[in-house]
Amino acid sequence: MKIRLNNRDEEIERQSLTVSELLAYKKYTFRLRTVKVNGVYIHPDLYDSTIIRDGDNVQVIYLMSGG
Amino acid sequence: MNSQEIRKRLSAYRVGIAGAGGLGSNCAVALARCGVGTIVICDFDRVEEPNLNRQYYFLSQCGMKKTDALKENIYAVNPAVRVITHDIILDRQNIPVIFEGCDVIVEAFDRAEMKEMIIDAVQTSLPGVPLIVGSGLAGWGRNDALRSRKIDDTLYICGDETSETSEELPPLAPRVGIVASMQANIVLEILLDRQQ
Repeated sequence: MKIRLNNRDEEIERQSLTVSELLAYKKYTFRLRTVKVNGVYIHPDLYDSTIIRDGDNVQVIYLMSGG
Repeated sequence: MNSQEIRKRLSAYRVGIAGAGGLGSNCAVALARCGVGTIVICDFDRVEEPNLNRQYYFLSQCGMKKTDALKENIYAVNPAVRVITHDIILDRQNIPVIFEGCDVIVEAFDRAEMKEMIIDAVQTSLPGVPLIVGSGLAGWGRNDALRSRKIDDTLYICGDETSETSEELPPLAPRVGIVASMQANIVLEILLDRQQ
């Protein structure tokens, strides 16, 4: 499937996958991040149950301490 | 738009600032200079000497509540701004109440856990209100790594999204100030481009 990931086209060799699987697949290892799928904020409790499908727009934001 | 028109437009708006440390104090003063009408500031801390390497406070203000000190500094720059302060620890429950009616909210916390919390709270309980998050500003140099990114109409990220503050990589005035100014600049972009 093809998705938009952080404003770039991304080809993934799967029909669909969960948010958790996507984060593992992309090796996003930062401790804290925020995810939006098609403009909807996804609570971390829902990473295992939220399915990403072909054409979806996924935004992953890294949260670093400091301010 | 000339300066006068900009002031007039901005005077109608209310901006919330969550945290009055390096990001919050610098961002608030920048917005006050431009003439934002009402600024809602929340923090529970007091000014300490080590803060002065990056935060918009003065030696004479050490020991003061940050909310009181920042209000004083804003009034010294622009007494026309209405400053509302809350000496409180923000959480998921009180954020929607305290920032209700704000046209834009600036995230200016220190800890990443708090950044995550306010994104959750605003996106869930204040739908449609733009939130501008600072993420990644530790250390010095690397100007070109600092950027701002629009996720959508309700979420913006400023910073390098990689550097985390630590003993060896402290937050310092230049990079903190750049990110705080980026946040203030997005506030202006949102408010001045808005159809009246």
